[in-house]
Amino acid sequence: MNAILNVARKEFRDGWRNRWVVAITAVFALFALGIAYFGAAASGMVGFTSLSTTIVSLSSLAVFLIPLIALLLGYDSIVGEDEQGTLLLLLSYPLTRPQLLLGKLFGQGGILAVATVIGFGAAAVVITLFSDQVAGVELWRAFAYFIFSAILLGWVFLTIAYLISVVATEKARAAGVALLVWFFFVLVFDLAMLGALVAAGSGAAADWLPWLLLLNPTDVFRLINLTGFESAKAYSGLTAIAGADLFSPRLLTVVLLAWVIVPLGAAIWFFRGRNQ
Amino acid sequence: MSTPAVRLQDVHKHYGSLRALDGLSLEVGAGEVLGLLGHNGAGKSTTIKLILGLIEATGGDVQVLGRSPCGQDNQKLRMMLGYLPESVRFYEQLSGREVLDYFARLKGVDRKQGGRLFEQVGLAHAADRRVKTYSKGMRQRLGLAQALLGQPKLLLLDEPTVGLDPLATREFYQRVDELRRQGTTVILCSHVLPGIEEHIDRAVILAEGRLRAAGSVAELRRQAELPLTIKVSGRWPDGVWDDLTSQYAVSETAPGHVTISGAMASKMELLRRVTAQQGVEDIEVMPPSLEALYAYFSTQFSNEGNVPT
Repeated sequence: MNAILNVARKEFRDGWRNRWVVAITAVFALFALGIAYFGAAASGMVGFTSLSTTIVSLSSLAVFLIPLIALLLGYDSIVGEDEQGTLLLLLSYPLTRPQLLLGKLFGQGGILAVATVIGFGAAAVVITLFSDQVAGVELWRAFAYFIFSAILLGWVFLTIAYLISVVATEKARAAGVALLVWFFFVLVFDLAMLGALVAAGSGAAADWLPWLLLLNPTDVFRLINLTGFESAKAYSGLTAIAGADLFSPRLLTVVLLAWVIVPLGAAIWFFRGRNQ
Repeated sequence: MSTPAVRLQDVHKHYGSLRALDGLSLEVGAGEVLGLLGHNGAGKSTTIKLILGLIEATGGDVQVLGRSPCGQDNQKLRMMLGYLPESVRFYEQLSGREVLDYFARLKGVDRKQGGRLFEQVGLAHAADRRVKTYSKGMRQRLGLAQALLGQPKLLLLDEPTVGLDPLATREFYQRVDELRRQGTTVILCSHVLPGIEEHIDRAVILAEGRLRAAGSVAELRRQAELPLTIKVSGRWPDGVWDDLTSQYAVSETAPGHVTISGAMASKMELLRRVTAQQGVEDIEVMPPSLEALYAYFSTQFSNEGNVPT
């Protein structure tokens, strides 16, 4: 456990030095505030408007941004250390491979968590201060849920990044694969689903197609944040095919957790077999 | 009798059809400084990784400080090893002290030791600067400090002086000499040969995963029977060296400069004849370098491994 914490502390410090923490926090805060303020521009107004619109817009943004940032943060964590020679050194220490990976996850996951809490939390504070339309308790509950699921989403893509990093033999290749993975989950998957949906029409397939959404962590994240808002339906895009009560929030959270654990397990498995 | 620090017995390591090590047997005595020499791909790094327990041998037995490096209690064994990998680049955003702290904690070593080690490797003035600002020599000193954490019984240095300038190289080896005096067992991997002769007790030459030769540098020289070379300079009449050509290889490299090479055994006789010659101003005796030995041993047995003893 000590070894894991030691690696985590070093990773966090490294992220702090690289300005990762500050940069991600600033990006989150700026986008969250911008969206909260201009989110209603389509309906002809600016200013902080309805909570549902804000959360829906934030989710759409987070779905693009968080996976990308997490993949960027994690893609070189193993293959990068391998290229600079420190991986060999670390493995010659009294440190097991799972300990190294878990330490990385806690450290870099900590970076993501801190940035998400501060970045989006700051936006919530500003909205509370300047908006008279959005009620306090409701806002904070919605934001707490949003931030919690956003952190989980970040960890999902962090462990996916580790899996890529463990399998890759070169840093450049890992970066390429990470971008492809991002592209797949954020764009291609939903397009393919849409195609399948249209092809299926209103037949029996329409009953089980929504379950396929669980195969994409970004859709799970969207579902978590949208099912709470009846009025959000209109903006929620593809995820609207899942009825509001099809998936309980608890189930969705469990699925997202599974999306953290499965790639992590696979990464540990492949790391064990990685040649030194 | 004390157990050897490292004992490899008929060790094989295959990667698919590639035989990285092909029946290597090797012993390193406690307190010995061993030079592990060979080209890239000769099996040096594989040997180091086997000793560290990073990989398992396909066949044969590996014992390090009396234990198996891949065994159950290898975490304890690892506390007693120090390792400096080839051309390692430490975390550039962290300061030297932070890097050393990190590794000290991983090894379970008191972090106060870090301060002493910075003194010992001559890096105390830069300990709080970021590694990014370090020169190549300073980085290597940081690497050595890292390897020395916890006062290891066995130190493995993989190509420690690659990319260092001659001054930094000399300093590095002075530190190795210090450790040698303190009784640390050191395995020094290198393909850069000049300069390490005087810092090692024994050399082992690897090629194609096999042991080609082992012994002190003087013993290896005798085995190889490489020619002795002397360089003579001065002013002399034409043709004075002609009667040497039957016995020695004589070549005039420049007017007034002659290089003569011949068997080691005839060294004194040759020297007497050269010093007797009028007009000779300077004589430089050049024993075969480790480099020449190395070239000899790695080509001599390239087909079948008749390991000389």
